[in-house]
Amino acid sequence: MTIERYITIDGEIVHFGAGQTILQAALAAGVFIPHLCFHPDFGPHASCKLCTVTVDGRNGSACATPAMPGQEVHSDTPELNARRRVLLQMLFVEGNHFCPGCAKSGNCKLQALGYELEMFNAHYAHFYPNRGLDASHPDILLDRNRCIMCELCVRASRDVDGKSVFALAGRGRASHLVINSPSGKLGETEFALSDKAAHVCPVGAIMPKRVGYSVPIGERQFDHDSLRQKVKKHTEWRSSGEERDGATKELVNGSVAVNSVKEG
Amino acid sequence: MPNLETAPSPQKLRRIAIDPVTRVEGHGKVTILLDEENKVHQVRLHIVEVRGFEKFIEGRPYWEVPVIVQRLCGICPVSHHVAAAKAMDIIAGYGTLPPAAEKLRRLMHYGQMVQSHALHFFHLASPDLLLGFDSDLTRRNIMGVLADFPEIAKQGVFMRKFGQEVIHHTAGKRIHGTGAIPGGMNKALTQEERDLLRNGVDQIVEWAIGSVRMIEKLHLTNPRFYNHFAEFGTNMMGLVRSDGAMDLYHGGLRATDAGKKIIFDHADYSQYDRMLQEGVKPWSYMKFPYIKSLGPEHGWYKVGPLARVQICDFIPSPEAESERKKMMAMGEGRPVHGTLFYHWARLIELLHAAEVIRDLLDDPEILGKDLMADKGPWRGEGVGVIEAPRGTLFHHYRVDKDDLVTFCNLIVSTTNNNQAMNEAIRAVALQYLDGCEITEGLLNHIEVAIRAYDPCLSCATHALGQMPLEVSLQDAAGAMVSRLCRNSDGAIV
Repeated sequence: MTIERYITIDGEIVHFGAGQTILQAALAAGVFIPHLCFHPDFGPHASCKLCTVTVDGRNGSACATPAMPGQEVHSDTPELNARRRVLLQMLFVEGNHFCPGCAKSGNCKLQALGYELEMFNAHYAHFYPNRGLDASHPDILLDRNRCIMCELCVRASRDVDGKSVFALAGRGRASHLVINSPSGKLGETEFALSDKAAHVCPVGAIMPKRVGYSVPIGERQFDHDSLRQKVKKHTEWRSSGEERDGATKELVNGSVAVNSVKEG
Repeated sequence: MPNLETAPSPQKLRRIAIDPVTRVEGHGKVTILLDEENKVHQVRLHIVEVRGFEKFIEGRPYWEVPVIVQRLCGICPVSHHVAAAKAMDIIAGYGTLPPAAEKLRRLMHYGQMVQSHALHFFHLASPDLLLGFDSDLTRRNIMGVLADFPEIAKQGVFMRKFGQEVIHHTAGKRIHGTGAIPGGMNKALTQEERDLLRNGVDQIVEWAIGSVRMIEKLHLTNPRFYNHFAEFGTNMMGLVRSDGAMDLYHGGLRATDAGKKIIFDHADYSQYDRMLQEGVKPWSYMKFPYIKSLGPEHGWYKVGPLARVQICDFIPSPEAESERKKMMAMGEGRPVHGTLFYHWARLIELLHAAEVIRDLLDDPEILGKDLMADKGPWRGEGVGVIEAPRGTLFHHYRVDKDDLVTFCNLIVSTTNNNQAMNEAIRAVALQYLDGCEITEGLLNHIEVAIRAYDPCLSCATHALGQMPLEVSLQDAAGAMVSRLCRNSDGAIV
């Protein structure tokens, strides 16, 4: 007798492969579960908690919970989305996320999730932390104001680029991104624009310099499709084998803003 | 005219405040000090907010600036967008923009001109002019105009909408878009977008002609009132093209005195600080610029439609030029300085902008795809100046080698008009309020004078940390007991 490898997410049957987590299985099937710190090229981090789902009555991170036959998963429910909205609101007030003046606007996953989860205000008082910029690198700007501590750059630099340029230091609300160089400045490191770590930031904290607003409004990743629609379309394109447009390629490569889906 | 800026002994005077001034952008108030006989002793336009953009733009990367500074304003964001982009073109080392890029920027900017002028005249000012300065307060607004003059109000709304659509197709959004980037534009105009706008523009030109004729007719109903309301001669300043034509996007600075005698001409605007000085006064967050060579007493000037239409040698579009000549004829060979001529001049500019948009859309180069200039060596400092709807707008930045802004100075259109607006309300106070029983209708005359300048008070207030303050302790008889003063450089004396 073979055990059928599927789970249900909000009543929909989702098949999974050996070793897949609930989030991986969901994304492969075109089912969107909100997330920020997960990237298909890296192991689960389970720090942002946005992918929290209810699995057989208990809450857990979809990115860190292995898919098991017969699991009954609930994700897109008013209760879970309300909790996700609170998490997003806390992320927004903890940093300095000013979308009107941010060149990542329209390509930003935090912003896209804000729209997706209908976060209409910040609700909490802003911390307005004084975090500062590091513009010492000739090609890349680090704006700590926008860092959400997902550690994707830390993981990419350590695990893929082999440079360990970034790390998190401090505890609680004193947590901050630090740079592995004598002066603490990015310009003194081996960090390069071609590094994986330069292209995994889901927000506008690590951005190539002098690109700014060269992509017009209307051609940015989330100008027409929400994150949820992107994930769904990606799966449809993948299954139909049609040629993908530029934005989708970016999506598939897991670069710039959408790091959830990987070419299967 | 007596000096009404500061009353010698304000203690026993009665204070009237118009707070807030309505149907303008931003927050301002007017205070009037009167004695027992209602004689006016002091009149001031106060700006009660600080925006601080000059300060908080420091430390940001230069490519963000043209987008961030748009948030100065919701009415003319494109002006700040383009002025900053022009400065960043220079700073980042870009050369001359390709024709398509410059034409798209012009298109966006003239679209801005149409929408802002239409908004100001129809939504904000026309209730006074069409319904009466002291008409029923509850109806003295755009809804009242809609009820009594539905066709005029409709045209105003649609002209504004057209301007917004031009901005939408060039900047990506009707408000706070991203079209201009350092070195060029980020988006070409498509054939469909061009055709859409081209189909609408003839109607706009026609309505704009009708609007100018309407204000002309209004002046002719009572020339003594409309031509001479809050009239006082001032210097005038604005950009002109190399041949002296009106150019709202680029040119050299020209300043003239009240009789149109040249003070400086075709001056390189990147040297603006050699010609202009910004003064500060203890009672306002808005600075008082003046022409250096003439000093603060005589060097203040006006900018905006009434200055531009008069200092230029001609308007390079036929319908607007013919309307300009009609307005100039009212002065019988001399420039006109009645405050309400601002509206007339504004509508002439609205017509001109519509004509320019039409001509740009007929130009095949507007569909060009080459939108970025070649990049040369880094310059690190730049000044961008344009003629915003309300007047000459200066953006001056320095950027360090790490690409972060280290210095920003903005002289915003409304700031240029600060002294002129103050003089205008003092003239009105003397002309209409002095010694009279003060009524709401009379106070509205003060607001009418301010509104004529179409001030954007939210744009104009950046003197953060430079506000001079004076604290004085006086005894009951008004004699000074002690005094502490902070100068504009922050020194306490």
